[in-house]
Amino acid sequence: MSDNQLRVVWIYPDLLSTYGDQGNVLVVERRARQRGLDVARLDVRSDQPIPTSGDIYLIGGGEDRPQRLAAERLRRDGGLHRAVGNGAIVFSVCAGYQILGHEFVNDLGQREPGLGLLDVVSVRGEGARCVGDVLGDIDPRLGLPPLTGFENHQGVTHLGPTARPLAQVRFGNGNGTGDGTEGAYNDTVFGTYMHGPVLARNPLIADLLLKLALDVNALPPTDDRWYEALRTERIAAAEQPA
Amino acid sequence: MAGNSDPLTPRAKLAVTAGKAVAAASRAAGRGSGSVIGGRVALKLDPDLLARLAQHLDVTLVSATNGKTTTTRLIAEALKAAGPVVSNALGANMPAGITSALAGGADARYGVIEVDEKYLVGVAQATEPKCIALLNLSRDQLDRAAETRMLAENWREGLAGTKSVVVANCDDPLVVWAASSSPNVVWVAAGQMWKDDAWSCPSCGGVMQRPGDDWFCGECGFRRPTPSWALSGDHVIDPNGSAWPIHLQLPGRANKANAASSAAVTAVFGVPPQVALERMYQVQAVAGRYDVVQFQNRDLRLLLAKNPAGWLETFSLIDPPPTPVILSVNARGADGTDTSWLWDVDYTRLTGHPICVIGDRKLDLAVRLEVANQQFQVCDNLDQAVQQCPPGRIEVIANYTAFQDLRRRVGN
Repeated sequence: MSDNQLRVVWIYPDLLSTYGDQGNVLVVERRARQRGLDVARLDVRSDQPIPTSGDIYLIGGGEDRPQRLAAERLRRDGGLHRAVGNGAIVFSVCAGYQILGHEFVNDLGQREPGLGLLDVVSVRGEGARCVGDVLGDIDPRLGLPPLTGFENHQGVTHLGPTARPLAQVRFGNGNGTGDGTEGAYNDTVFGTYMHGPVLARNPLIADLLLKLALDVNALPPTDDRWYEALRTERIAAAEQPA
Repeated sequence: MAGNSDPLTPRAKLAVTAGKAVAAASRAAGRGSGSVIGGRVALKLDPDLLARLAQHLDVTLVSATNGKTTTTRLIAEALKAAGPVVSNALGANMPAGITSALAGGADARYGVIEVDEKYLVGVAQATEPKCIALLNLSRDQLDRAAETRMLAENWREGLAGTKSVVVANCDDPLVVWAASSSPNVVWVAAGQMWKDDAWSCPSCGGVMQRPGDDWFCGECGFRRPTPSWALSGDHVIDPNGSAWPIHLQLPGRANKANAASSAAVTAVFGVPPQVALERMYQVQAVAGRYDVVQFQNRDLRLLLAKNPAGWLETFSLIDPPPTPVILSVNARGADGTDTSWLWDVDYTRLTGHPICVIGDRKLDLAVRLEVANQQFQVCDNLDQAVQQCPPGRIEVIANYTAFQDLRRRVGN
């Protein structure tokens, strides 16, 4: 971060903004402003270059064809690689998560190269689509309370050796690999299947992204009572599906 | 037309009678109108019943993500100028409900039928409509519905080469993509506030350019067709360029758009726009929507909004601040169980309104409003929310099952 301004980049809202994942951008913005930060939000359409000087990049979920188009345009653009090289934080959801991996299966049923920013490979699941509330325990290294979210995907994502699972699910499917892992991360790049949006359900993950971007260990507290109330309700719902 | 020869075979007659008997039994048991269960039984006895019932009718089908129930009512009202009309006025819009509605209209000349988006192609094949009205397509219940673009693709393939006159909104690129495989399209500039499902060209995937009211794909040349009908403020402009005033009891821009599309539909059947628009004034609340009810000394206006596009249109018609607003959201099966779509709604438009939230998912609304930096109160139920508001008008906006809950509570 430079000149006291946090730059939040929302990648391709024209293609990857189908499942309310704009909410992740809104939560990051809101929680940064509550800490007195000056926030510049940049929405980058898929016919525009990805800026390389952002602090936090967010990518959402989308439908199958837009996912392929987004991957093609991000590969061609190359800006996100440079941003990660500059130390930027990236947080991705569902279709966006798959794009950050080495490859995924596109709408034509073909293997589509991703960006290789996360050591994961995604394939199409053979079973039923994973839809519903999810509850999981986030990797203890991150020191965060349980993960709650809503999943809605057909994809299955396998982790390679340099990606750590973001969480282990207690209820729900997550990565769909059968071993209970959900999402993946490395030092600065995060991916998850969780909608909800996930940062509205898990505001402390938003704070983690802020801390990494600001390179600080703690942030001033915020009044999180509505987030807490929602979390309690959704965690109970995941434990006792209808 | 109906008259000398009876269009129904003995089997079809039996199916109609059996369906009505089951519907009556269902009503007697207090399980709603019985139209869906009755239609199911009838279709089981005679799978071609829908086609047979439609045979003696001039059929219009109406489909869209938003506005199909209201538009069906507007068209039905206007078409009565030309002859008796049968319609699924209660909004049962899948094949069983449609069959049941048509079975009750033996003397009708016109059938005006609302159809669920996913069933449009099948119902069109069965009923061979004279006219199909396509109003808009946007994201709705993504945890269980088809992708929005896939729905447009399904319409496009299923309607290719249809003999029907397709009346379609030229301001919605997905609708234009769906309709442009049809040889006979009447384009209506009905407008569309929500744009976020059509930034990607449905034809080639290029990025859509949207200067002002126009739109086009910068890469493949797919572009907004020239309309022959248009909504212009409070008027409908007909193909001759004449402007006809819209007088509705229903509020909002979206209903004016519905009226414009309806006028274009009824013109297909020879009803002049001025006659059609005058008749549309008769339409009051449709299945409780837009109804103003007295409740605890307040005037509650009941507004149904099921998805981001619907909420956007609804915010544009509510009374200005300080009119209080009550928001109610559920996520039961019929609503879609994922509430993420709340984050596609711009709640900063409510700035200045006192806001109360209720419904099964009031806590999702609370977090959403907190992040939008709005003042709000979380209430246990409608009664408690209403008590927070001074006497006078309250705008109550709810999604599908939350709306049904409201109607039950206020006795509407």
